[in-house]
Amino acid sequence: MMERSTLQRSLPALAIALLFAATVFVAFMEIDFGEARVDDEGSVAGDYIRNGTNQTGSANLVTSVVVNYRGFDTLGEVTVLFLAATGVGALLSFIRKDDEKEPGKKIEPSFILNRGAGLVLPLILLFGVYIFLHGHLSPGGGFQGGVIIASGMLLYYIANPGKRGAHRAFSILESSAGLAFIGLGIVGLMGASKIFLANDHADIGEVGMLLSAGMLPLIYISIGLKVGAEMTGLVERMRGEAS
Amino acid sequence: MNAEVFIAISAVSFLMMIILAVMAVRSKDLIKAAVLLAGLSLVASFVFVLLRAPDVAMAEASIGSALTAIILVYAIRKTERYEEGHRGGDRK
Repeated sequence: MMERSTLQRSLPALAIALLFAATVFVAFMEIDFGEARVDDEGSVAGDYIRNGTNQTGSANLVTSVVVNYRGFDTLGEVTVLFLAATGVGALLSFIRKDDEKEPGKKIEPSFILNRGAGLVLPLILLFGVYIFLHGHLSPGGGFQGGVIIASGMLLYYIANPGKRGAHRAFSILESSAGLAFIGLGIVGLMGASKIFLANDHADIGEVGMLLSAGMLPLIYISIGLKVGAEMTGLVERMRGEAS
Repeated sequence: MNAEVFIAISAVSFLMMIILAVMAVRSKDLIKAAVLLAGLSLVASFVFVLLRAPDVAMAEASIGSALTAIILVYAIRKTERYEEGHRGGDRK
């Protein structure tokens, strides 16, 4: 009897799910994914693919779109992330410190976790910095590098539950990196092409070298530091209230 | 990589993602569900590599399987680990 009633209850849900799947399928049938529309004259994507590397000097086309052609959208993205982190902080600040859970529930990390984290942490941080320094050459960039740094810091916090993070230092780093990003954008605005984050102040240099692509590495460094500090602060706040 | 191998690998990955998602929904142990979601993100980042989007794959791997999972675990520790109806859990 019980079996039958659950089946009866789940049938409408299944029907709705199938209907939704069919709708999405029919809607996406019309889009010719992967077709070579880039060859069309005047298509934006084709223009980026043909001229992106020459115009921005970035070997990674995704980077040239994210921080140069669509730099203004990246400002919006950074703002959204900042608002989310601030919102979490504001929400968690309502929880009073004194109604924390009873002590003794805290689990001590094992010896292997403790020592292993100490060994791996510098490598993870170095890898994160590598990712955002090489954002204009290889896959990845400020956002990915910053999140890798944050996950390394997370490992440190798991291995050392007693340690309090340097809240203030992270906020200062985050704010100054964000200001640097906006400053670089305004510098681009004052250039010849009058575009936010325009790349016509510095020399583009030789494509594929570490010191190339004009201002793109600087922009990605500031984004990387900002995202890394922001995510670390967010995780630190969550942990502070949870543990 | 020829087309048949590509399709076979993607089909296995998609199937694995669906299985992991269903397992995460059905799991009464919320920590287990969070770990299953992290696994789903890892397979998704593999699919992004297959589709030649390494930038997205990196973001998915680090955000989806590291940061999201640990934030979920912190939230679960603040509340309760087991859903109602879990057998053998130390509820209350």
